[in-house]
Amino acid sequence: MRHATQVAAIVAAAALGLAACGSSDTPSSGGTADGTQPAAAGDKPLMVGMAYDVGGRGDQSFNDAAAKGLDKAKAELGVKGQDAAATNGEPESAREERLQQLIDAGYDNIVAVGFAYAPAVKKVAAAEKDVKFALVDSTDAQGPNIENITFAENEGSFLVGAAAALKTKTNHIGFIGGVETPLIKKFEVGYIAGAKKVDPDLKIDVKYLTQPPDFSGFSSVDKGKAAAEGMYQQGADIVYHAAGGSGGGVFQAAKAAGKWAIGVDSDQALTADAAVRDVILTSMIKRVDIGVFDFISSVKDGTFTPGEKVFDLKAGGVDFSTTGGHVDDIKGKLDDFKQQIISGEIKVPSA
Amino acid sequence: MSTRFDARRILRAIAAPVLAVVVAVVVTSLILAAANDPVGQVWSVILSPPKPRVVAAIINAATVYYLSAVAVAIGFKMNLFNIGVDGQYRIAAFFAALVAGQGWLPGPLNVLLGLAVAVLTGGIWAAVAGILKVWRGVSEVISTIMLNAIATFLVALLLRKAALEPGGSNIVQTKPIPESSRVPGFPLIPGSSREIYGLVILAILVGIAYWFVLNKTRFGFDLRATGASETAAVASGVNVGRMVAVSMIISGGVAGLVGMPLLFGQDYSYGSTFQPGLGFAGIAIALLGRNHPVGIAFAALLWSFLDQQSNALQIQAGVSDKLVLVIQGVIVLSVVIAYEIVRRANVRLEQRRVAARLAAEAGTPLQGARA
Repeated sequence: MRHATQVAAIVAAAALGLAACGSSDTPSSGGTADGTQPAAAGDKPLMVGMAYDVGGRGDQSFNDAAAKGLDKAKAELGVKGQDAAATNGEPESAREERLQQLIDAGYDNIVAVGFAYAPAVKKVAAAEKDVKFALVDSTDAQGPNIENITFAENEGSFLVGAAAALKTKTNHIGFIGGVETPLIKKFEVGYIAGAKKVDPDLKIDVKYLTQPPDFSGFSSVDKGKAAAEGMYQQGADIVYHAAGGSGGGVFQAAKAAGKWAIGVDSDQALTADAAVRDVILTSMIKRVDIGVFDFISSVKDGTFTPGEKVFDLKAGGVDFSTTGGHVDDIKGKLDDFKQQIISGEIKVPSA
Repeated sequence: MSTRFDARRILRAIAAPVLAVVVAVVVTSLILAAANDPVGQVWSVILSPPKPRVVAAIINAATVYYLSAVAVAIGFKMNLFNIGVDGQYRIAAFFAALVAGQGWLPGPLNVLLGLAVAVLTGGIWAAVAGILKVWRGVSEVISTIMLNAIATFLVALLLRKAALEPGGSNIVQTKPIPESSRVPGFPLIPGSSREIYGLVILAILVGIAYWFVLNKTRFGFDLRATGASETAAVASGVNVGRMVAVSMIISGGVAGLVGMPLLFGQDYSYGSTFQPGLGFAGIAIALLGRNHPVGIAFAALLWSFLDQQSNALQIQAGVSDKLVLVIQGVIVLSVVIAYEIVRRANVRLEQRRVAARLAAEAGTPLQGARA
């Protein structure tokens, strides 16, 4: 009995430790004294509560892109903001509670970052009719006070897929998805379509880190690293990740192997750890910041409209980054693809 | 004499958890201080009385944790370490959702069918580990970890085949359970619109059954005997192999029930947002509650109380939500250390008492004979 208890204690502590480690490589500043931004002089500032997905502010990716939108609104519109992040494995009630507590604290405009918030937004928005909600990446909750911010991730992924195909020397590239959901599938499908457009015979490895309902694949640096190491050893020389905070591990593996990686959501050649920035070929930028800022400014000037708002290539909602100059030589070709997608000449599949 | 003994036993039972919580508070405070976080504010936020709707959320989360911890505790009592509760409850919840979603039976009968499917699935999944241990001597620690991974992929695969996938939606889920088979909640908490899961009753029944079987039946005695000393159990005629298989299956069956309050009281389907990680929380809670049916209840409440405070910590005290994970981890470690300290202290006290009595007997043999 005592022996089993001791083994159990060690494993339980290790499991908890790992859960904490999953995101400890990122500076966990989720919700530091951001709420103390001085308001614009005069009238009461607009209050915006941000409920982040697993990983929170500091994931150098999806959540950070959303945070950037809030930070811009703080600087330009004088809004008052408050951060709160999800933990992996939390009950559904914790998400509802997060939204509710932000509302209780006076933040009557709520940005819910990530589709996992859809059921919580649906419930809370129905009860809190005076509060305006923006739900990023999901149309599963709709209502007169909900704006659904979505992106054409497949179009942006098409461009970085084409970039990978043009740049690979081994004719072998890879894709790492954080969690196998229809949303992340959209990245994969676009990436493969872009790569095959350039070279139909290209070999493409695909790997997902976790399966729903386990969402730790978005915040496990170790899992991202292990998966990318495997791909580089198999001969891939460029790996694109759509895995949120786990992408940090992909970059570490690329650095160690002397190969390329492609970032996601933010321009990661600017946001990743300084030590690994030089391995980032390009990033598929998903301008969550534009979506978030657009929502806040629409509330501010009274033009808020509920319903889905798609930020595609045409609207500047997705793009590829050129930081570091690694894709300068193929930029002309990529811009051609971009024009063809915008004009409708190329139809990028989404599923 | 007997009342004094009881008092000492209760004191001993309470001393360790209290010591553990105190150590956890001290260690966490040191971590906070080292990180330059507002120590006083953090504790005042954590210890502030929760709002009615939060109380309801705490009880709901604790209900689910309780079932998970009892499933783990059944194994512990037998010296079996069922890490597989996590996989068992997920695969069980999936099949229960799949079957109940079809609505083959009307109303409450459909709920009972769902529960039966869950117990059966959880039991079968755990039986694999039990049989491997009995027949091939495979450590259940290893096999249940492997089975967790297999359960994850199996459910993901089947979910993709069985699930409804509304166009453009990111949420993949099974067909929702018909309205008539949803278990209504109890509006127990005044001032809160959030109801307590109707299946909280299931958790209470499982707790009572756990206590009864363990303490009042031949099976429970054999189980505890085998856990305490396998050789002694064999000598007294217990079929250890059979006990291992059966207790593993029962543990898995209870694990199957873990997701049921969520399924019938909140989500009504199994999908990508179904709560993960309950099995691992169960291990920690069973340890904290010393495998005791009432102890586990308190541990589950403490655990979900801390969970719920993580939002307030971020919003009101401005510290990272990860802090709650740190506190929970420190509590588990302190609990084990505290139990060991208290156990050793007890052994030493016992030895001293016996030694004193022996010394007294040696001095005055006549009195010793009378005692």
